[in-house]
Amino acid sequence: MHRHDFSYFMHEGVSNLFSHGFMSFAAIGITVACLLIMGTFSLVAYNAEMLLQTLESEYEILAFVDENYNDAQTKAVGEAIRKLNNVKSVEFITREDAMASFEERNLDDYMRRNIIPSMFRDRYAVYVNDLKLVRQTARDVESVEGIGDGNVRVDEDIAGGFILVRNVASAVSLALIAILLVVSVFIISNTIRLTTFDRRDEIAIMKMVGATNWFIRWPFVYEGFLLGLLSSLIAFGLQWLVYASMVKSIAAADTLQFLRAVPFSSIWKPVALSFGAAGILIGVGGSLTAIRKFLQV
Amino acid sequence: MRDKQGFFREEKEGGARVIRLKDVEKEYENGTYALRGITLTIEDGEFVFLVGPSGSGKSTIIKLLTGEILPSSGRVVVNGFSLTKISDRQIPLLRRSIGVIFQDFRLIEKKTVYENLSFAMRAVGATPRTIKNRIPYVLKLVGLEEKADQYPHELSGGEQQRVAIARALVNNPYTIIADEPTGNLDPARSLEIMRLLGRINELGTTVVVVTHERDLVNRFHKRVVLLEQGLITGDGVGYDAK
Ligand SMILES: Nc1ncnc2c1ncn2[C@@H]1O[C@H](COP(=O)(O)OP(=O)(O)O)[C@@H](O)[C@H]1O
Ligand SMILES: [Mg+2]
Repeated sequence: MHRHDFSYFMHEGVSNLFSHGFMSFAAIGITVACLLIMGTFSLVAYNAEMLLQTLESEYEILAFVDENYNDAQTKAVGEAIRKLNNVKSVEFITREDAMASFEERNLDDYMRRNIIPSMFRDRYAVYVNDLKLVRQTARDVESVEGIGDGNVRVDEDIAGGFILVRNVASAVSLALIAILLVVSVFIISNTIRLTTFDRRDEIAIMKMVGATNWFIRWPFVYEGFLLGLLSSLIAFGLQWLVYASMVKSIAAADTLQFLRAVPFSSIWKPVALSFGAAGILIGVGGSLTAIRKFLQV
Repeated sequence: MRDKQGFFREEKEGGARVIRLKDVEKEYENGTYALRGITLTIEDGEFVFLVGPSGSGKSTIIKLLTGEILPSSGRVVVNGFSLTKISDRQIPLLRRSIGVIFQDFRLIEKKTVYENLSFAMRAVGATPRTIKNRIPYVLKLVGLEEKADQYPHELSGGEQQRVAIARALVNNPYTIIADEPTGNLDPARSLEIMRLLGRINELGTTVVVVTHERDLVNRFHKRVVLLEQGLITGDGVGYDAK
């Protein structure tokens, strides 16, 4: 493509954009709304996923070792647990360590004075790969020799809620992305169809004198590209505001203290990239659908 | 050589600029038999009138030559392109070898005379320099150098048709094809347009003119092909010669 052709395409594309100012404005508005909805749901899903990962890494099953076991036997128990399915890592905690950490957490003097190391037992903290399987894993740990029934402690199902949120958010964002992509491609396509209709005489003459199909298409592709790019820029800015205020209200809500949202500043690059890519995809996809039929003959 | 400036002209060997139709039939989708076996050769540099009553198939032949429609059977070869075997990618190249003129001018109303021509040149990838050099020459040829900055609606019908002729010429085609170019013009303007086409032919471009104006045709001593009901029923010099 020659430089003079390129500047011609840009000029034509921009003037197409303004020839239907209101329609372009509406198309950008709807595309922005679509991108924003897609972005918000994706970010919720992403945050739920991040929370789950944190929970997973912090979540521990405690397995208390038989008190009559000697060091070597205790070590073997640890090895057996490590080999179980879904076990990421195992950490040995002696009764002294357990007591020390208990003392740290319970500053009550009376309690402190009265505890004795024998109240504590050697134990393994077991970390899992997949929180969903934690009950099964706990049962597996129980059946390891040297642990036994009743000697495993599992924190109840705090994970369940998040798994649900994450799954729902991912499913909803996937479905929304699919639907809203189609909607915005359709809107942009209709906008560009209007300009192709305006320019049908010019297109007919270009064909008559022997312009290639791509020469005829480029201004419209460029118009779609601009619509998509503008939409994604605006949507990105708005997404930033929306996300920041969501993070703020979560931090301000007493009941949601345990939620730590990922700050926008640490994810703006991939978000910007995704918005840009989605915007351009929508814009160019829209223009290609608009001119596909128009170019036969 | 045929055109002093000679832009865009990739010289092809001898016979490549010939127009050749062999046993061409055309049946439209609705069952209308527009052409019933046409065999016709137009040599490089010829001037041919294609005449015949309305509905005899003249425009159908033009559409076959420009690749707008395909024949139902038979062979069509234009300027080295075989229309029955041509690929979509080659259609633009075929069209660059032909300049087409219509009864209704088909100018872009929002563009000046100059812009109408530069638009047609840019569409086939001409550089700004080529455009700047070429347009004044073509406008002079059709006698409109004074009107470059006017809009089509500011011109008379005859002038508008001369702009259309300039546009057909501007990319320096081998062949000019005009489908009833004087249909909207009074006899004096019509004669002017025909003379202009004759002059363009003298400069070396093959010219095919569709018309049904017998008087006009008879003023020129040129080859006339007569078409009736989809068949060639006459081919000779002068309308009444056949
Ligand atoms: N697109 C079309 N579909 C169906 N029939 C057509 C079409 N174009 C032309 N015809 C028919 O083909 C015949 C020849 O038409 P045409 O080539 O336009 O004649 P002319 O230009 O000599 O008046 C006429 O009967 C016309 O009605
Ligand atoms: Mg006709």
